[in-house]
Formats: sequence, structure tokens, C-alpha cells
Amino acid sequence: MFSFSVPLGKLVRRASRLRGGGSAFPGLVVEKIDPGFMRRTLTTLPHGVAVVSGTNGKTTTTKMVVELLESQGLKVFTNRTGSNFTRGVAAALLGEVDWRGRLDADVAVLELDEAHAVHFVNSVPPRYCLLLNVLRDQLDRFGEIDKTAQLLQHIAAKTTGTVVLNREDPRVARIAATLTGQEVKYFGLDDSLLGTFPNDDDMRAAPGSPAPAALPEKPAADVVLRKVGADSAEFEYDGGTVTTGMKLRGVYNIFNAAAALTLARSICGGGAATADHATLLEALSKVEPAFGRGESLTVDGQPLDLVLVKNPSGFRLGLKSFPAGGYATMIAINDNYADGRDMSWLWDVEFDSLRAGGVDQVTGSRAYDMALRLQYDDVRIGAVDTEIAPALAAFIREAQGKPKRVFCTYTAMLGIRRELSKITTVEVVS
Amino acid sequence: MSQAGVDPVNGSKGTIRVVQLYPRDMNIYGDWGNALVLQQRLRWHGYTPELLEYNVGDPFPDTVDIIVGGGGQDSGQLVIQDDLQARAATLKDLAEDGAPMLVICGLYQLFGHFFKTRTGAVIPGIGVLDVETHGTDERLIGNVKVSTPEFGEVLGYENHSGQTRLGSGVRPLGSVAKGTGNNSSDGHEGARYRNVVASYLHGSLLPKNPAIADFLIRTAAERKFGTFEPGHPDDRFAELAREHAARRPR
Ligand SMILES: [Zn+2]
Repeated sequence: MFSFSVPLGKLVRRASRLRGGGSAFPGLVVEKIDPGFMRRTLTTLPHGVAVVSGTNGKTTTTKMVVELLESQGLKVFTNRTGSNFTRGVAAALLGEVDWRGRLDADVAVLELDEAHAVHFVNSVPPRYCLLLNVLRDQLDRFGEIDKTAQLLQHIAAKTTGTVVLNREDPRVARIAATLTGQEVKYFGLDDSLLGTFPNDDDMRAAPGSPAPAALPEKPAADVVLRKVGADSAEFEYDGGTVTTGMKLRGVYNIFNAAAALTLARSICGGGAATADHATLLEALSKVEPAFGRGESLTVDGQPLDLVLVKNPSGFRLGLKSFPAGGYATMIAINDNYADGRDMSWLWDVEFDSLRAGGVDQVTGSRAYDMALRLQYDDVRIGAVDTEIAPALAAFIREAQGKPKRVFCTYTAMLGIRRELSKITTVEVVS
Repeated sequence: MSQAGVDPVNGSKGTIRVVQLYPRDMNIYGDWGNALVLQQRLRWHGYTPELLEYNVGDPFPDTVDIIVGGGGQDSGQLVIQDDLQARAATLKDLAEDGAPMLVICGLYQLFGHFFKTRTGAVIPGIGVLDVETHGTDERLIGNVKVSTPEFGEVLGYENHSGQTRLGSGVRPLGSVAKGTGNNSSDGHEGARYRNVVASYLHGSLLPKNPAIADFLIRTAAERKFGTFEPGHPDDRFAELAREHAARRPR
């Protein structure tokens, strides 16, 4: 069937590129003119659609799934532009389809923001979904954490094939009980690592006030992360354990590798390609962090790590995964819409791990909120400047010869990268 | 036990016990920050803080100098409902007796007469405050600036869909200069009754509003020891954080 909207959408896409327009605009045009366009194009792919959602780690996990599937010889369509909402998917799709609206891919792997995923799965039921976690993230947008869990449950309910769930996140694991037709698979964590993954229920649980029990009995997981080394990880699946090198840093990224493995094994297992363990692991060991997610740059011959923090759990995991010892530290907190305007979350993070070394620079539009937070945790502060450019320059100047780490919110990270590209050669090393 | 004057413990002006209500179920949007600020400021004023967490089913502490409680999700409010009713008389007596209390958002609502949900279900409150709350479809979210007679300008962040109306037994904490506050019609935020401060503001509330923290501390010290001798907390960051927060968009 010939579709009028595809050529039109492609034209709009070109025009909006010339104007320097946003990536979602042509998608909006196509959605208005031909709302069935995405469903027709995506659901006819041999392996269908896989949706990745949850609060933390979607971007890196999606990247991992894509690279794992590509290692198995599959052609993967994904929303690489970071437009993780429906129009963004439509826009990305327009760039890939031919003039007849056909997409040359075996499977689509899409990162979708929880709220947008709900709309997306209503028009395009996915064959697979991977639900990572429910954490306090920009609650000002969704209102409540339980509501976020309901959004994820809706995604699972609309999934036609396999639902992959985080066994260790009670709100995600409980979704299984609400499903009827779908196959459920879990990814899990060794008990010894559970302590490094506080969920939102034990965020403030003092000794003697246990968090609500997860599941009465832990179900078996398809893939379990057993151990994390300096640059390696041990996974268990199919009854054996395997150790692989990892370029990804941060324990939570590596836990998401277990999630990505589970989804990739689900997709490859049943179809034309068969999951080949050796090539899967090799692909996994080569995955590099997504933009800004535990990225390591080189500045003045020293590493400068950018650690994206956007909610209390993410910040806590970041502090745990990247110990302060030997590093100069900067924190950059903005409160633009994309960061979340509510600063309350800073008070749900404990900063005692920074007490020994202090924080050299604090910056961003809410630098003084951050400084105040550190003051109440008795953390020494070098300097505070709400302007990112001079703060970053001072940080680099004063911490010369030392490895550096910057914890930053999303828009602060964009500002920091922009500045880094001006004042030094920004070379991506890992 | 403690008398006015000096605690035997290393020259402290005395121990002040802060009880945090239901931190397990009612502690969202950084409300833990309020308990932390009280603890630290007590130290900075020369007192010894003792923080006790009170959760559903715990024995209620026999001595209480300051009470703090936070917001929660609907599910959290349901979990604590029965336990809170069982503690209603104790909490009411404490409030009537002048104990300083800070209740935010969800516990502000439950310290009132009732919370009536959109579907008409009524969650009873404990009636410490002469207020009632009605659930709505509209969520009130964003930065808030309040002018108050007692604490000057109060800054915070609201996130609630319940709308609260004040009865004649309480007065508002202040009037809203930016944001919505108690409800979308009368321009008031929070409630004051004896030494109870109730507010919708997270942020957390106390770090950027040390005047309220020090009111709670002074009241507690005066009740317990007859006098309050303030220390000298360094509030430069708090002042700068207030200046910047006041300029941020809604
Ligand atoms: Zn609230």
C-alpha cells in the first residue's frame, strides 16, 4: 500500500534540517497526517519492536542491546538521536525508511521515557519490553513513584511476547503477577551486590526498619550479575558463569548489562539468528558508555570523568561506583526543565563519602543549594560559582596533575562539554 | 530529667529529642532534609540532638521535644492511617501543650480533619489542625515563594493535588507571592496553630528557611530548659541559596 505521508515527511525532515529545526518536528507532521505510519512500519519487522524503559540507565542499556544484536548479525533500527518519545521515534524512522515507507531492519530497539512509552505502546504494541527500574526521577513530571510503576505495567501489558523485568526492584518485579499471556524473564543480582543497589524503599530505612519485602520468593533469573571487578564482570546464565572484560564503568551500568543480555538472548533465541555466547560477550566487552554516562575524557593528560546524576538513586550509585579517593571533585547542578526544577532530591543523597577529600568546585544554577547540602553533611567546599565556564576553568587549573571527576545534571553536562571543547582538546578515551 | 542549664555531656546546653514521624512511608521529595537540618542546627546552637524515627507499630517515645513529618504517596498515607489514628490523642495533647512540630504535605493533610479523595472516599485525619483537604485532578507543581509575618520570605517547592482549606482555628503560614500553596483560590500557603508549622513546601523546607528551623529549636529549648541560648550557625550558603532560588522560574 502506497503511503502519501512518507515522502511528505521526508521532505519536511529535509526542510527542518536546513532550518536547523528540532529532530522531532517532522515526526510530528507525519503523526498528524498518517497516524498509522509507525505501526505499519515497525510491526512488520521480522523480530518486531523491543521497548526499553525505566527511570535510570535507558540510554546505555539500549546502546548495549543494539550492539549485542548487531553482533548476532541483526540489522537494528534504534532512536539514536536521544529523542526518546513517540514523535522522536517517528522522526528517526523517517530518516531510515525508503520512499515507499519500508524499513530495512530486522528489529527495532527503542528507548522510551516512561510517560511517552505508554502512548507509544498503545499505537505500536511491542513484541518485547525491558523494564529497568522505578526510582525517584523528576517526580515533578509524574507526580508519584507508584504512578511510574503503573506506566511500566501498562507497557508490559501491551507487550505481545516477552517481558524482561528487574528481579531486584520490587515495583518492577511485581509487574509479573499482573501479566497473563506474556512470557516473563528476569535479570538479577547476586545477593552480595544487593547492598550497592538501594531501591527507593530503603532509601531512608534506618537499621531496624526494614524495607517492604521484595517478592516472597525470588524467581530464577535468565542472567545474574555475580561479581564486578575493576574492568570486568562475572555473569551467570545457562547454569554456568562467565567472566568478561568491561569498558563500561559504574556498577549500575554493569547491572544493566545483565538486562541487555537477557533481552538480546530473548530476541535472538527464537528467531533466525541464534545467540552465540562468545560473540555476545565479546560485543558486551566492547560497549562504550553512552554520551555523558560515565564518560572519561582526557584533559591536560589526566582523566576527567563525567558522571551524569539526575535523581537521588543515580547520585548515590554514582558516588558509590566512582570512589572519591585521589580525585579532584566538582559538582554541577542545574534546575532547567530537563534536569527537573525540584531541588528536594539533593536531600535524599548522602555525601559523607566526599567528606575526606571535599568538593573543589560547585557550580550550576543551583550551585548554592548544592553547597548548602554539602555544608549540612560537613563536606568541605573549595569554591562556589553558579557560572559553569569560570568554575570549570578554575577546577581544571587548580586540580592540575590530578584525575578529575564531575558529577553533573543533564543540562550542566551539556554546558561542561561545550566548555571543555573550547579550553582544551576533548579526546574521548573510553 | 534535664534541668535548665548544662547537660553533663561535654558542655552541651542539653539534649533535644527530635522525633521523625513515619520516615519509612512518609518521606518523599527530600523531607528527610528537615530532620537533618534540625540535627545539625541543634549542634551548631550548642545542644545535643537525638533523632528518633517513629514508624508504624513502634512504641511511641515517652519524651518528645520536636516532631517532624513529611509527605508521602497515596499508598504511604494508607499504610500509616490506622497507626496515626491510634496516636491521635498523644499528638493532639503534645500540640495543645505547645510542642514544636513541622508537618509537610501528606502529614499536613492528615493532621487536619480529613482528606476527601476525588472519588469521594474520606481518609480521616487526626484533627490537630482545623483544616480539611479535597483531592483534585489538578497537580500543583513548582517553585513557591511565600510572604510570612513570622519567618519573612519562605521558599520551597510544592507538588500536591490535594487542596486544603483553613478553618477559623488556624491561621495561614503566609500568602503566596509565587506558586499556588494551599489551594488554587485563596492565595494562602500552610497553616499555623500554637507551635505547629504546617506547609506544602518541600525543597527541603528547613535548609533554605533556617528561621523556621530555629523557631522549632528555640521553642523546644525554652519548653525544656526555660531558656534558649542561640549559637552562631554560618548561614551564608543558605542566604545565597535563597537569593538564587527566589529568582528561578516557577
Ligand atoms: Zn508534596
